[in-house]
Amino acid sequence: MAAIELTGVSKTYGTNMAVREVDLALPEGAFVVILGPSGCGKSTLLRMVAGLEAINAGELRIGGARMNEREPKDRGCAMVFQNYALYPHMSVAENIGYPLKVAGLSRAERKARVAEVAGALELAPLLDRRPGQLSGGQRQRVAIGRAMVRHPKVFLFDEPLSNLDAKLRVQMRLELRRLHERLGATSVLVTHDQQEAMTLADHLVVMNAGRIEQQGTPREVYARPASLFVAGFLGAPAMNLLPAEVLASGDTVRLIDGTLLRLPEPVERRGAVMLGIRPEHVAAGGLAAKVEMVEDLGASALVHARLAGLAPLAFHSPAEAPPLRGAEVGLDLPPSRLHLFDPAGGARLPLGVGQIRQRARAEGGLSVTSASL
Amino acid sequence: MVERRPWLDIFTHALLLLSAVALLVPVWLAFVAATKDVVGVNSVPIHWLPGPRLTENVAEAWRRGGFASRFTTSLIVAVGVTLGKIVLAMLAAFAIVFFSWRARVLVFWAIFITLMLPLEVRIVPTYAVAANALAPFQAILDAAGLTGLIEAVSGIHVALQWRLLNSYPGLILPLIATATGTFLYRQFFLTIPEELVEAAKMDGAGALRFLWDVLVPLSRTTMAALATIMFVYAWNQYLWPLLVTTEPERSTVMVELSRMVPRGDGLPEWNIVMAGALLAMLPPLAVVVLMQRWFVRGLVQTEK
Repeated sequence: MAAIELTGVSKTYGTNMAVREVDLALPEGAFVVILGPSGCGKSTLLRMVAGLEAINAGELRIGGARMNEREPKDRGCAMVFQNYALYPHMSVAENIGYPLKVAGLSRAERKARVAEVAGALELAPLLDRRPGQLSGGQRQRVAIGRAMVRHPKVFLFDEPLSNLDAKLRVQMRLELRRLHERLGATSVLVTHDQQEAMTLADHLVVMNAGRIEQQGTPREVYARPASLFVAGFLGAPAMNLLPAEVLASGDTVRLIDGTLLRLPEPVERRGAVMLGIRPEHVAAGGLAAKVEMVEDLGASALVHARLAGLAPLAFHSPAEAPPLRGAEVGLDLPPSRLHLFDPAGGARLPLGVGQIRQRARAEGGLSVTSASL
Repeated sequence: MVERRPWLDIFTHALLLLSAVALLVPVWLAFVAATKDVVGVNSVPIHWLPGPRLTENVAEAWRRGGFASRFTTSLIVAVGVTLGKIVLAMLAAFAIVFFSWRARVLVFWAIFITLMLPLEVRIVPTYAVAANALAPFQAILDAAGLTGLIEAVSGIHVALQWRLLNSYPGLILPLIATATGTFLYRQFFLTIPEELVEAAKMDGAGALRFLWDVLVPLSRTTMAALATIMFVYAWNQYLWPLLVTTEPERSTVMVELSRMVPRGDGLPEWNIVMAGALLAMLPPLAVVVLMQRWFVRGLVQTEK
């Protein structure tokens, strides 16, 4: 059964539509990540689930019951905010215990529950401190503790890690995941950080301009982006997108410089398309390109090159021996790694479906093969 | 602003010094006058050094003005105004900042406009209301013809009457209605992050609960600043207490002090008057000194 169900949910501010008729069913106990650029409506969607924003149209169900008109506290959700939103005048213990105090629990009960949460989050030595005396990571843990203490069915996280420094972010990410496994509640996390999204999610939802672009497991979304937007947004460095043309035969595309590439299977589409290939899938071959810039990423080097027809193309190369700037290199775009998109609507064009599915299954986890030269 | 200009430094310090002298000289003169006898205080040229009769003059002023009970009255009024003002200002600002309702902007501007209508300007209508606080309702009843109707039916003539003259409510209530406190609180409430409000909502706290558990503790410095301002303001009130109190037992320190000022061909005992003035200055001085640290913090609001 779906823990959270949204049907045709919309939110309008004046004439501006922030969320457009979103249909979403989030599985019970899953870690769901909603990913999108800023202003795509992802936070609004989360806040509608929490009850902090009114729902203009559509229906929200949590645990099967309609929630549109319920107060935030009656929805069984707890929320962790981006800026932690701790009460500055209360100690850590008081902060964590506040929802229980409002609920009217006795002092002894509160103390026991707070101690339990503090133990789980390693906050026990900090219970008497004020939020102002804590580091960012500690504050975040207190905010999580305040959410946990109510034993909610659903955890909502609104960009909880974006105020932390890079190292702490990775650490907290693991901690969030561990916490999720232990508590078994449904978690919904909103972020614009794709790495966070890929690593945390059981179920990834990509949003753009108030709509859901694609959802599925992170691997599915990464391997088969459903639209030009998802292809360009997910993955760092981003997928290479080259304008091309499908020839009359249906199984060959021509790049703008005239290079012909064979597709793994014929497609129905004819004429202009967008050809996509991830930088890690570009291989060595006979396609002439000129190196414009080399970025050393540490583990590998990212090479920005230009094909003969002036189309830019980025690819990975071993960090130890990257090609020099201005050098001529020969590249290959393996047919099985190609993605085709409709340049007008942005939709994915079906291509070699069977073959790519097989490959994705065989690959299993997140193994990234870097093309070597 | 950090600037390093020696001339500016000298100039600003000179200005500060000059203001301090301008403020302190009258106080010093009052103090010197309070230490003289009648002959000394009236001699020309003016004396700059204190004489020996301070305690006698203070004791005489205390006795003559009946200050023991006048101080009680003034303290009740000042504390009443201060507390009433804080509660009213906080609730009004709470409604204006944290709730979105249709008349919000209208109400905000209505409060804002009262800044331009201090008590002195509206003193006549305020007095009329204080004379009978229910008069407006009586007027409505009369205009609607209800008075006549009730009299015809039951034989009872409705004459609503609630006199506030010579009473503590009459002294306190009109002084509570000023906009300054509402503004101070509004400014403070606007610095409260939206997420804190939402966190409280998620935690299940209702509006009043949020006010009591979060806003009241957080606004302690604002409260101290407002309390200081309002206490001094209420203590120093002269015109309104003079109008609304006709019985000597209800008059405040300030009114009583002005009665001590010699008039016509009375004995010009300025030494006693000045001793009384020194006494009247003490409570506000004590409040400012005690609240100073909080007061400054509340106005500059560095702490959140």
